[in-house]
Order: sequence, then structure tokens, then C-alpha cells
Amino acid sequence: MKLLDSLRFRIATLFHRSQMNAEMDEELRSHIQHRADDLGRSGLPRAEAERRARIEFGGHVRYKEESREAAGGTLVESLMQDVRFALRMLRKSPGFTAVAIVTLAMAIGANAVVFGVLNALLLHPLHVPQAESLYGIQHGNEASSYQSYPDYLDLRDRNRSFDDLAAYDAAQVGLDTGENPSRVWIVLVSGNYFDVLRLQPSLGRLFHASDEHGPNSAPYIVLSHDYWHTHFQEDRGVVGRIVQVNKHPYTILGVAPPGFNGTLVFFNPGFFVPLVNQEQVEGVNDLNERGKRFIFMTMGHLKPGITPAQAAADLNSIGSYLEKAYPKDDDQRTFALARPSLYGDYLGRPVRAFMTGLMLLAGLILLAACANLGSLFAARAADRSREVALRLALGATRARILRQLFIEAMLLSLMGGAVGLWGSMVLLSGLSVWQPFSRWPIHVPVNPDAYVYGVALLLTLASGFLFGAVPVRQVLHTDPYEIVKSGSIARVGSRFTFRNLALVVQIAICAVLVTSSLVAVRGLVRSLHSNFGFEPHNALLADTDLTMVGYRGDAVPEMQRRMIDALETIPGVKSVGLIDWAPLVSGGERGAHVFTDGTADLRPSNAAADAFTFSISPEYFHAAGTALLSGRTFTWHDDKNAPPMAVINQEFARKVFGSVTNATGGYFKQPDGTRTQVVGVVEDGKYDRVTEDPQPAMFLPILQSPSTQTYLAVRSDRDPVQLVAAIRTTVRGLDAGLPLYIGPWNKELDTALFPSRMAAMALGVMGVMGALLSLTGIFGMAAYSVSKRLRELGIRMALGAQRKEVLQAALGRAVKLLALGSAAGLLLGILASRVLAFIVYQATPRDPLVLAGVVLAMGLLGLLATWIPAQRALSIDPMILLREE
Amino acid sequence: MTDQAQLLPGTLDLLILRAVSLGPLHGYGILLRIGQISANALLIEQGALYPGLFRLVRQGLLKASWGTSENNRRAKFYELTAAGRKRLREETDNWNRLVTAIASALGTQPEEI
Repeated sequence: MKLLDSLRFRIATLFHRSQMNAEMDEELRSHIQHRADDLGRSGLPRAEAERRARIEFGGHVRYKEESREAAGGTLVESLMQDVRFALRMLRKSPGFTAVAIVTLAMAIGANAVVFGVLNALLLHPLHVPQAESLYGIQHGNEASSYQSYPDYLDLRDRNRSFDDLAAYDAAQVGLDTGENPSRVWIVLVSGNYFDVLRLQPSLGRLFHASDEHGPNSAPYIVLSHDYWHTHFQEDRGVVGRIVQVNKHPYTILGVAPPGFNGTLVFFNPGFFVPLVNQEQVEGVNDLNERGKRFIFMTMGHLKPGITPAQAAADLNSIGSYLEKAYPKDDDQRTFALARPSLYGDYLGRPVRAFMTGLMLLAGLILLAACANLGSLFAARAADRSREVALRLALGATRARILRQLFIEAMLLSLMGGAVGLWGSMVLLSGLSVWQPFSRWPIHVPVNPDAYVYGVALLLTLASGFLFGAVPVRQVLHTDPYEIVKSGSIARVGSRFTFRNLALVVQIAICAVLVTSSLVAVRGLVRSLHSNFGFEPHNALLADTDLTMVGYRGDAVPEMQRRMIDALETIPGVKSVGLIDWAPLVSGGERGAHVFTDGTADLRPSNAAADAFTFSISPEYFHAAGTALLSGRTFTWHDDKNAPPMAVINQEFARKVFGSVTNATGGYFKQPDGTRTQVVGVVEDGKYDRVTEDPQPAMFLPILQSPSTQTYLAVRSDRDPVQLVAAIRTTVRGLDAGLPLYIGPWNKELDTALFPSRMAAMALGVMGVMGALLSLTGIFGMAAYSVSKRLRELGIRMALGAQRKEVLQAALGRAVKLLALGSAAGLLLGILASRVLAFIVYQATPRDPLVLAGVVLAMGLLGLLATWIPAQRALSIDPMILLREE
Repeated sequence: MTDQAQLLPGTLDLLILRAVSLGPLHGYGILLRIGQISANALLIEQGALYPGLFRLVRQGLLKASWGTSENNRRAKFYELTAAGRKRLREETDNWNRLVTAIASALGTQPEEI
């Protein structure tokens, strides 16, 4: 109550300030008049009486100030005074102000952007209730989470750690709502999915475990809110509507809550379909296949009080039961828990490492900016030492002067922070709507929320405080009498001061950034030109899934062959090949355990290799540009009647047969025990990631292992884009209802190259910012040291110093600091690049080009930054300078 | 000048309260009244009065209103509030106790110990 009263009083006095001021003036004047009246009575003339009265009164201004203080309201008022004064000071040096604001805006903006992404991806990725207890189950020995449906059921029913477990898989379907049939990415989910995630519908109802009654028993759709918005214009009448999914009738039950787009943070499916309908959606029924790990992830809320470690132990005991019960299918079943939002540790770990690294870099940039501004501030404070000394001599307290300096720093950082935050908001909202890949429903919602604003504000205040604190010592040690007497502090410190240290640290940070961005860019360039095992240029990739339009059994390969034949007749097409899963383009697990011919016990631990498996048409290698090293490829006669055969890659040959020559004509066993003959060996390629090590792969004839997934590689000798229309017409001519996606093959690689591109971009931006910062830092230091030593340099020149010696005297220190910082930064950068190795292809800083690049860049920076100060030092005319003093 | 005593810290407020307790006064009047009741034995710089006045107003011990002085000039008159009256009583008692204690301490003769 007392506090409130006093606050009210202060505010009231603040508002009545001018009135109070006037009253106070009048009162003091009245006092002096009364005194003068008295003095006048003793015979003094009026003017003299008033003069005496004023003298007797004492320090008018001081007492008025003290009275104001006694009356309250002085704190806010003097603060306002300081703010006004600070603004005036900043306006007086617009160059300094602009540099400071831009520097801070960049540094704080970078932090806000990085934190915004970090926040969206890692801190608050999912819009589901109680997300903190939601965990996904991944394998213990590898960062992958695929399960088979029977294993999922066992995990769900036997565990004692989760409230319940849900499962899902991503798939693409053909959706026909009566208008234009289209392909839609969806997720197949277990019936309990929405209940496990504790979600309520925003319209209609969601499906539940009770809706499932065996395979294909639940033809229901729950739309995502976004898809409802974009494709149904939020029509509330969709509930109960029947649409065609892959030519099967499905009922729309309802709409999921807004903001919920499945549990993968970057993947936005159109709708949700019960997993028991897998056969209608994906064309195969794997619900009873313990060996077919098609479920992308299982997840659930931990029971209260259960730790992830306890849950993992619980799951592992189920795992060892599964190993015993199903030795053929389930081998080495160990489990670990991970956050579901980034596909467990598969993406979670690198993304976390990368984002943490980026956040660290951003933090370092901010620190560098603060160091920079701090030294600028200190330099300013030194230049203003006369002013400070004068104010001290006139009776200002040091606290008041410091407060004033801090207010100046805070004002600057608030202005910089506001500009930076604004910029980062623009950038983040741009990122949020950005869809990097046209064929995937992938975008990352990174809209800034309260956390981002909070962090930005915190960083702003902290940095203001940080660089504002730099000149404190200087002010505290100011000796007003000395300075007023001698005119300036002529002492030029030869010690290694804090300012020097800050500069070295900053240059080191900059060198780290330059090193990492060069490493990333080099890696990107290298991965763009690395050997993928196919030639993505001058080729198109057309893909479709025959399940979507109802092809079954023998109709599938027959239709595929008709498509290939038809496309080959298009003028300009050189060759057409089919593959069921385009390397680096499609996603998902493609590994199959293969065994040497002599292996009898086909449990996974006895496997000779875990090979990527592809089904291809005879012409595929030709169309893809994959080199055949030995043996032959397939023909259309390699069908079900021919003995099982495969073409393998070098790595497969090396791992299973020891060498390419041994492999050709040799036999190996597939997971189901099929004895398969190797008819040919092709070169290695990249299949899942551009950064992967050589992986074993085998190619099977499409007629022996059919697939409805159809990727057609169309190679031509002219610009392939011209062929898109012709291909579309041709395929439409075969089946008008077939949804088809066509694009240049090299464009399709965007997905695979995305991480390294992003890394190169982010690091590049950071690198440029770091370079700019150290540029201003070195420049500031060099310019300051030259201007402080102008007289000394002038004397040296007058005494006959050569240009080289003058430069050495003026800039030697700056250059030394630059070299020291660069060396430290280069070393740190080499260490930091290990983090990059996962994202960037063959990231190594021990690359002469990178090393040379860093040295060159830093040298250039130094040259740029010291150019103007050097010119100034050289243009000193000693005569003029000495005469001036 | 030399026969005037320096004020002890904190005593100016007490003197102001006492001066005003004898009737509403403006600032200069308070100074005169203090001089009068203390037989001009205390040294007070004129301006130093005002921070004290504002402090007492803020504490609610005095209230101020504008009026016309005996010289026919506009002036701000101060008078005691109820709280001010109470405070004056307490402070006077305190002061008397203090004076007695100090005086007895200073007046003590060696043989009395």
C-alpha cells in the first residue's frame, strides 16, 4: 500500500512537473523578495537589496534540485534527462550511432532467427498436449525407428511403461473427390493414434481403436486442418462425405485440431487413414509380416514417474522375448527412446548438433559485436574524458555519469534489437511458408512466438549492459584535475589491454566462421560433382504409383512395360528405364539382409551385408547412365520363369564375394532364402544420402520382383524439359486417371542436397557477418590508434622515419592481433568442422584450398580494414602537425 | 557569525515543525521565526530551508497553501497537519531525553564515578 502510494505520488509529480517547477520558482523568488524588503528597510537601494538577498539565499539551483529530490519524482525525471542527453549525444555522432545500430541489429537478428528455428524444431516442435512425456521408439543400435506391424502389436500390448502406443507410416495416395484426381501425402495411423496423442477434433469426429476390425475394415479419413483449409475451403459439410482413395470409397469422419500436422515437425500430411487399411493404400498387406518393417515410427506418452531409461529397459526385455520367439525375423531387438518430432535421432541428432552449433556461432557473433561496440564505446569515453572530467569537477557523481553512459548503451542496443528483431521476423515468416521441395509436403513452421521475443529482448538488454560496462573502469579512474589541467590523456598504453584481447577473440571467431563456411561451401560443391552412380543431367524422372489407380497383380508389370515402350517412341528420347525407388529421391528404409551362398542359418546377425534393394527394368542402367563393370544387365526374358538373378554393385561384390571378378556368376541368398545368381556388377552410387559411405546395393529384374511404385528415368539428347508435355500426353493416352509427377532428375536431388545447401547458406551468412564485424573491429582499432598517435608519428617522420617504419609503428599492433586471432580461429575452425561432417559431404578443413581460402580471406580483411588508417598515417605532414600544438 | 551554532543533522526539521506550530508561516517567515525563538543563535543558510520544507510536505507533516503575506506579496504558507503535530510532540520528547542524557553525561564529575 505504501509502495503504491509512493508510486502514485511519483507519477503525479511527474505529470505536474512543469507546474511544480513553476511553483517552486515562484516560492523561491517570493523568499528573496521578502528578504529584499527587509534589507530595503535598513536603507539599501532596491537593486542592491535584491542582490544581497540572492547571495544570502545560497546556491539557488542546488537547493531547487535538492527540493525537487525531497519532493519526490526526481528519479524518473533525471532518468528522462539522461535519456534526452543520450539521444542528443548519439545524434551528434551519427556515424558511430549507425555503425552501432547496424552491428547490433545484425547480431541480435541472427540470434533471433537461429533461436526461432531452434525453438520451432527442438524446443516446441509439436502442438500436442503434454508433449514433454511423448517419446518415439527407435532401434538401440541405429538411429532408425522402423517396426513391423506384429512387432508393434507386441510392443504395444506387452510394455508396462507407456500409457498406450500408436504407430504411423507415411504414404502417398491418389485422392478423387469427384473433381481433379490428385496425389496426396498422408499418414497411415493406428486406430488409437489420436487418443494416444490426446487430441480432440475441430470438426466431426476422430477415429479410435474401436473402429478397427482387421484388414481394410476402416475406410475412414480424418483431414488435417491445413488440408481442410486449402482443399475444402473449411467447408463444414465435408463430414460424412465419401471420396475415392486409390479407387476405394472412404468416408471423411472429421478434421484434426488446427496446428496439428502429424508428429514429424517438417512433414505435413493431407489426412490420416487407419493403418489396418494398408492394403488399399499401399497396395500390399504387411500386417502379418513380422519381417516387413514398414511402420515409420511408434510412439506414446510415458506413464507418470517412468523415466526414458526405465522404459527402454522394459522395451528391451520385450525385445529379447521377440528375439527368442521369432529368431528368423527378429534379431537384435534393442530399443531406445527419442523425440518423435525429428524422426528420433536420425534427424534429431544432426539437427540438434547443427542448430546448437549455429546457436553457439550466433552467440559468438553477438559477443564479438559487443566486444566491438565495447571498444568503440571505450574509445568514445576516452575522447569524452574532458567532458566527463568537467562534469566530475562540477560535482556530478560518478554514479550519475556511469548511469548516463549505460543509458546511452541501452538506447543503442534497444534500437539495434528492435531493428534486428524486425528483420528476423520477416525472415522467419518467410522461412515458415517456404516449401523447399515441390514433391514433398515439407515445410518448417518457424513462426516466432513469445519465447523468441523474450530471448531477443533478453539478448538486447544483456548486450547493452555488456558493452556499456566496458568503459566503467575508465570512468571510475578518471582524475578530473589531471585531465582538465593537461588537456588530454596522452598516454598510449603499450600493455596488452582488454580491448586488444576482445579484438583477438573477435578475429578468432570470425576466422572460425570463415573456416566453417568455406568447408561447407567446398563440401557442397564437391557433393554437387560427386559420383552418384547415375547421371542426373539431361534426364527426367517421371513417377507414379499404379496402386493409386487400382492396378493389381500381373496388370502392373504389363502396364509398366507399355509405358516404357510408349515413352521410347517420343522423338528425342534416347532411353527409358524403370526403377521402383529412385536413389537419393525417394525416402524410406530399403535395406535387406543378404547372405553368402554357404549360409544355412538365415538370421539377420549372420548376414554378409545389408543391401539397398531395387527393382529395375532392363534399360534402367542405360537410361540412368550407370556404368556396367562386368557381366550383363537384364532383358525382358528375365521373368518369373527364369532363375532368380541380380545385378549388384561393387561394394556388394566386395563385401559378399571379396571382389568383382569373384562376384560375376556367383550366388548369394536373399532374406527369404532365394538363391540368386549375380549376372552383372555396376559401379557404386549414393542411395540414401550424399554423405553416406559406399553402400552395398542389388538390383533385381522388375518381372521377378514386381512393384507398383514406378519411377521412369527418361534420358534424352535435347533439353529434357521440352519433353515433359509429350510424356504427360503419352501416359494420359495409356490411362487418363494415372497421377504423374515429372521433373528434371537433377532438380529431384534437391532433397538430398538440401542439408548441405542449408548448412552452406547458414554458415555463409554467418561468415559474412563475422567478417564484417571483425572488419569494423580492426578498422576501429587501427583508426583509433593512428589518431591517438598522430603527434608521435609526426615526430618520427620529422626525424626521418621511412614509410615502412611509420606503418610499422602505426599498424604493427593491429596486424599482429589479426595474425594471432586468425591462427587461433583457424585451429578452432578445424575442430568445429567435425560437427559439419554429418551434413556436409566430406567435410574436412585439411583441404589446401580451404586453408588457403581462410588465410586469403583474413589477409584481405586485414588489408581492407587497415587501408584507410594506413593512408592517414602516411599522409601526415609533420610540419603542420607540430605547428598545431 | 562565530557566536552562531551549527545545526545538528536532522534538527532543522524539528525547528521548522516548532516554528510552524505557532501559526501558519511562509518560508521566509519560518526563517525569521526560528531566528526569533532561538535568539538568532543558530546558523541556517536560507536556501537550505526549502528541501526540508518539501520533505515535510511529502511526509504529510505539513500542508501548504498560497496566500498573501504581510508585505502584500504572494507566498506559500505552511501549517502543521495532525500528523505533524503528533510528530512534533514525539520529536520534542526525544530531544529532551537526548539533551538530558548528554548533559548528564557531560556534567558528570570525576568523583561521582
